[in-house]
Amino acid sequence: MNMVSTTTDSGLVLRDIEIAIKGKKLIELSLSVAPGDIVTIIGPSGIGKSALLAYISGLLSPVFAAKGEVWLGSRRIDGLPAHLRGTGLMFQDDLLFPHLSVAGNLKFALGPGKVGKAERESIVEEALARAGLEGFGKRDPATLSGGQRARVSLLRVLLSEPRALLLDEPFSKLDPELRGQFRQYVFNEARLRMLPVIMVTHDPADRVAAGGKAVELKGLKSQS
Amino acid sequence: MRAADGDSLWLKIVPGVTWALLIIPAAAGLVGVLLPAFGYFPALGGTGFSLEPWRALWTSPGVLRGTLLSLWVGLAATFLSLAIVAAVLAQFHNSPVLWVIRRVLSPLLSVPHAAIAIGLAFVIAPSGLFFRLVAQIVPGLERPPDLLIVHDPMGLSLIAALVLKEVPFLFLMSLAALPQVNPHAHLAAARMMGYQPSVAWLKVVLPRLYPQIRLPVIAVLAYSLSVVDAALVLGPTTPPPLAVSIVKWMNDPEVGRHFVAAAGAVLMFVLTLAGIGVWTTGERLAAAWGREWVEEGARQPGARGVSIAAHVSGVLILSLVVMCAGAILLWAFADQWPFPKALPDRLTGETFRQNSGLIARPLANALFIGLIAAAAALFLTVSLLEHDVRRRKRTDQVTGNLIYVPLIVPQIAFLPGLQIMLIALNLDGNILSVVAAHLIFVFPYVYLSLSQPWLHFDERYRHAALSMGARPLRVLLQVRLPMLLAALLTAVAVGFAVSIGQYLPTLLLGSGRVPTITTEAVALASGGDRRLTALLALLQGALPFFAFVLAIFVPLAWFHNRRGLRTA
Repeated sequence: MNMVSTTTDSGLVLRDIEIAIKGKKLIELSLSVAPGDIVTIIGPSGIGKSALLAYISGLLSPVFAAKGEVWLGSRRIDGLPAHLRGTGLMFQDDLLFPHLSVAGNLKFALGPGKVGKAERESIVEEALARAGLEGFGKRDPATLSGGQRARVSLLRVLLSEPRALLLDEPFSKLDPELRGQFRQYVFNEARLRMLPVIMVTHDPADRVAAGGKAVELKGLKSQS
Repeated sequence: MRAADGDSLWLKIVPGVTWALLIIPAAAGLVGVLLPAFGYFPALGGTGFSLEPWRALWTSPGVLRGTLLSLWVGLAATFLSLAIVAAVLAQFHNSPVLWVIRRVLSPLLSVPHAAIAIGLAFVIAPSGLFFRLVAQIVPGLERPPDLLIVHDPMGLSLIAALVLKEVPFLFLMSLAALPQVNPHAHLAAARMMGYQPSVAWLKVVLPRLYPQIRLPVIAVLAYSLSVVDAALVLGPTTPPPLAVSIVKWMNDPEVGRHFVAAAGAVLMFVLTLAGIGVWTTGERLAAAWGREWVEEGARQPGARGVSIAAHVSGVLILSLVVMCAGAILLWAFADQWPFPKALPDRLTGETFRQNSGLIARPLANALFIGLIAAAAALFLTVSLLEHDVRRRKRTDQVTGNLIYVPLIVPQIAFLPGLQIMLIALNLDGNILSVVAAHLIFVFPYVYLSLSQPWLHFDERYRHAALSMGARPLRVLLQVRLPMLLAALLTAVAVGFAVSIGQYLPTLLLGSGRVPTITTEAVALASGGDRRLTALLALLQGALPFFAFVLAIFVPLAWFHNRRGLRTA
């Protein structure tokens, strides 16, 4: 695809995004997220917050009608297949693949053929150690605690080397005491890597912790 | 701009391939019976159109009686099966007995019709297990009574075998459909008004359940009308049901009889439509009468009758199942077993040792055909479902309904045409032609088996994998398929079981030159060697059983240290 950059921004830029379902417009939005910034999107459920993330990552169900440009750095990505967009997604559930070990999950994210076998092992070991999960590689994900699974889930996204991070209420299912701790951990890792982050949430504490810009989605009038 | 997931060429053409698989054989079969039925088929020496085949059909001895017999057997077997299922559900719907019945009947689903017919013959024949047990109580019964039970002219023993096979099918279909009609709330309401539980079930649940299981009921009717294998084992012989006559004409060395067979196949098709017509008329009458019965408001009457019917048929079916299985097992390993002894003198593996050379080829053929057909059906099913995932759409209604066509159109109505076509192309009698014919009937069951677990798969696993940069093919092979391993193997086992039970496609498309344990069992059943017949019937039941055992235990062993897969 031959696309000339028309933006001076690096980071994640949404331009004139419109998402509708059955003729009812849900979202109209333009947004720019600088590297290392966390933008919070809040709004009642059913407003289309998750649809927005699905549109950015190329996973929107065809029951929605959507248009608008998505730029990541100097690349326009809204025409690319999901696996070429470089937008790492995290959900409420950790979604660790139950048939793979912890290390298997991380190696899946690392992808084939990038580096040699020995190096892949050491990358995974190192990542686990840094997350306080040393020696967990051979474990069955189902035997981990909720907090441990959440950390592996984040490691997995990060090892796939995304150029932006999309968080779909990723803390809502964690215990309250764990939530704040894990949230800080995610934000630190994202800032460390200078990733632009969009976080969808309905928890005001998430917004406060993120600190950055917040966009509130309200219902739009139906379009006829 | 819409992002595509990068469909591969194969996935783009797979719906077309599936259509072709379902449509071309049916169309070829239809042409292959319609043309010869009116005298035209140059490859067989018919160069001009005529009504001669119909005249020959009409003057064949016993055709009218055989046709009426087919209609009677089909309607009676379907009505009895449905009535038994309704009575049992009405009586036991809130009882743990239902769970027991389900446990006993479920394995029967995968046992081929021919094996059940053979087992029933072993039980009810004058020298069978039943009269041997009677002889233990009744003194003086030294020789088998002189009764025509097997091959009885009314087809009663054939009807019994069909009921034995179709009750489990309709029973499990009903259990699967019941949650959709939300029976508990309505039952509770009726019970509050003082209705007996069984009467309440018949009055408020059955009228809403029936539309849900109507298609399976029609499938049972079409099947029972046109059954060949069980009819050869148990059905009347002078004359036989129409479907059996068609097979005999197809196997006649005189090529001219193919034209009569083609006319018979067309008649079979019309007969099936007529049978469905009679049934739907009966449905209307039953609905009118039933509405009156529901609205008259009686709380009790009928409850006693339902209770008796449910208990009698329940006990009868369960004991027949146990006796059939016992008779097959005993005969397969019997040494000397003279009447009226209830048990053989000694059990021995001699039958197996003596006949292992004879069994080897049919067994190898059955395994080969079953595994290839099931694997091919799985490949098509996965491709079709993955195509839907990539398009992010469900299979359209037309394709969805088309899948049922091979389950409803009687095999005997179009397989002769397919055989005639293959004879013309010199492709009959080839094991790959048999595999292809099996695939037509295996594919729908594999698709039905896999599509539910596939649709229940949490798509967010796929989304997470894609967002990590994994190609769609890698997501399919490394995430979805391993996570669905148990469902995949179950679907293969279902397909394999369906293939093992196929009699007609094997016989016709193989032109009798590709014997399997099923064709051999049916061929031997009318002969004298009970031990060998029993051994083949045992293999017929055992192969699907082992397939299902593997489907359950392989994933458990493979993922023994992956707890998340077992709870998911």
